[in-house]
Amino acid sequence: MSGPHYPGFDTLSLHAGAAPDPATGARATPIYLTSSYVFKDSDHAASLFNMERAGHVYSRISNPTNAVLEERIAALEGGVAGIAVASGQAALHLGLATIAGAGSHIVASRALYGGSQNLLAYTMKRFGIETTFIDPRDMDAWRSAIRPNTKALFAETLGNPGLDVLNIPEIAAIAHENFLPLLVDSTFTTPYLLRPFDLGADLVFHSATKFLCGHGTAIGGLLVDGGTFDWQEAYDKTGRFSELCEPYEGFHGMVFSEESTVAAFSLRARREGLRDFGACMSPHNAFAILQGIETLGLRMDRHVANTRKVVEFLVSHPAVASVSYPELPTHPDYELAKMLLPKGCGAVFSFNIKGDRAAGQRFVESLNLFSHLANVGDAKSLVIHPASTTHFRVPAQQLSASGITEGTMRLSVGLENVDDLIEDLSRGLKAAQKGA
Amino acid sequence: MLFNVNQHEAYCYTGGKLLKPELPTVVFIHGAQNDHSVWGLQSRYFAHHGYNVLAVDLPGHGRSKGPALTSIEDMAHWLLALLDAAQIQQATLVGHSMGSLVALETCANAPQRVSKLCLIGTAYPMKVSDTLLNAARDEEQTAIDMVNIWSHTSMAHKPSFPGPGFSVLGGSQRLMQRLSKINPDKLFYTDFFACNAYANGEAAAHTVQCPTLFVIGKKDMMTPPKATTTLTNIITRGKITLIENCGHSLMSEQSDAVLNTLFQFVKA
Repeated sequence: MSGPHYPGFDTLSLHAGAAPDPATGARATPIYLTSSYVFKDSDHAASLFNMERAGHVYSRISNPTNAVLEERIAALEGGVAGIAVASGQAALHLGLATIAGAGSHIVASRALYGGSQNLLAYTMKRFGIETTFIDPRDMDAWRSAIRPNTKALFAETLGNPGLDVLNIPEIAAIAHENFLPLLVDSTFTTPYLLRPFDLGADLVFHSATKFLCGHGTAIGGLLVDGGTFDWQEAYDKTGRFSELCEPYEGFHGMVFSEESTVAAFSLRARREGLRDFGACMSPHNAFAILQGIETLGLRMDRHVANTRKVVEFLVSHPAVASVSYPELPTHPDYELAKMLLPKGCGAVFSFNIKGDRAAGQRFVESLNLFSHLANVGDAKSLVIHPASTTHFRVPAQQLSASGITEGTMRLSVGLENVDDLIEDLSRGLKAAQKGA
Repeated sequence: MLFNVNQHEAYCYTGGKLLKPELPTVVFIHGAQNDHSVWGLQSRYFAHHGYNVLAVDLPGHGRSKGPALTSIEDMAHWLLALLDAAQIQQATLVGHSMGSLVALETCANAPQRVSKLCLIGTAYPMKVSDTLLNAARDEEQTAIDMVNIWSHTSMAHKPSFPGPGFSVLGGSQRLMQRLSKINPDKLFYTDFFACNAYANGEAAAHTVQCPTLFVIGKKDMMTPPKATTTLTNIITRGKITLIENCGHSLMSEQSDAVLNTLFQFVKA
């Protein structure tokens, strides 16, 4: 290979942010279970508090194990900084709360994870932050929903539940024409399948609980700053983002955009958001997520390969009414997916079985390998039947408004031998049809 | 803080402090395709430890307006004009890479204005390879990638810059890209051309009488330690500090080591 080149994805997955432990030589990243760190002297203490030196003060703000994870996800995403927080929900909250406050407005896709929908529609609203929900495929809707007090555009890289493929380049262009950042939830795609910053997004977050951790062992969230958005330019042109471009009384009058030309957002998110909201990640969880990330590329290839075979099986099964996966020509984003997601469209998708709610229940109850639970992105295959769980109180006629039917199943395809998965699904489909 | 220099707005980071006439002043001068923020930790420390700080954005870089200057000599004249505008009679000059040549040339032009000189990641001659120079002219992103890769020694900088959780490589890349976006007029090429063309380094070094510090990254591939010997052989009283595990991005790769040697030198 000629010329200088950056390390590849798998190399970064193993090494970015981590060096052998300077204290012990430990090759694996140690779990630093400590709340705080001894200062060398009073001047050292003061300079750490005042951001004159880099280092750790208190594990709510930063921790050596968490820092490895943060620097690793920043490297994998091609960003300038990562912040590890307690959950994906905390990451979304930190991302928005850093730049929005009472009187602010967000434009968001309506195809969101239910937790994100709740946070925006109800909880943030209670704190004075309003959200307009729009169809993520409707570019005019994105444009027309923007108001003078809008602070960000937000959507998922693969929407919920229909796997709407987010047209990041077009939506980022709309955001940037209006001097606004685009925040995306990249949980389903991970940086292995899609790097949103390369396509124009400015902020990314993950529920690291899912594919990044990969083993269903830890709850965590990661917020990543692309360093791409020019907050100062946006402030100069629109007056927005005074949080980053005017002196902040809460931190010695610091003007974050002066301190760092490209990482002002992350400085404030950490120095205010982690400090005050306090939703930090446990170093235990950071360690578990780091272990997962070490094999992310290998696992995602297998997740996608298994998913493709499962999708192929389901599409041709007589008991299946429809399958929604962007690699199928029947999916509305088939062409866009080919362009933006050439490595694959992930391992979470929905399909509809023929029959009523009871058929769906028979299906999930007869599966052996697929675990019936509320999570995705585990090495083990997972299934959920929304009509009998998350939406069990919703009448059949109202389910369609959420894009689901009584027979909708959401699968998260794991790493098992795919023939075993298909056999398991065959059993379930047979059981579902027995009562029909 | 903004000044008017040669009819253009000139920005200097001051660590969030107002300048006080009674305090000594330290001026930080960034390198090619960079701005004041590369000194984030060092400049802030000085500003909160008894010094006026002027971490400049050179013309056409970051927040300073006007076209980028095309020679080290012009940059040195601009720096003196900035000191006039800020009403600073004498200052310690701290320069990195291209900025070190600006500091050296300024010292030669007006030795009475320079109390101490600190040259970080310096070389003379500061020759830029044809490959890099041409990339800067024709494919700026390629030049950014080359410099970013060659300037760093590790994928794991501890405690990172400007703090834990930040990617040094990612931040450096984005900063260079941002500088291009703000000033799309072949800024990198202009800066490299100025470094390449500067021919007064030996003569300037012979005039240096003030205390001088050289800070050198042991693994620097952009300005390797041996490339500093022309200057260190002339400024023989200069102090030399070699920084371990460090490439060309000294202030971010080894922020504490650079700050410690710098502060000791300036304070002495």
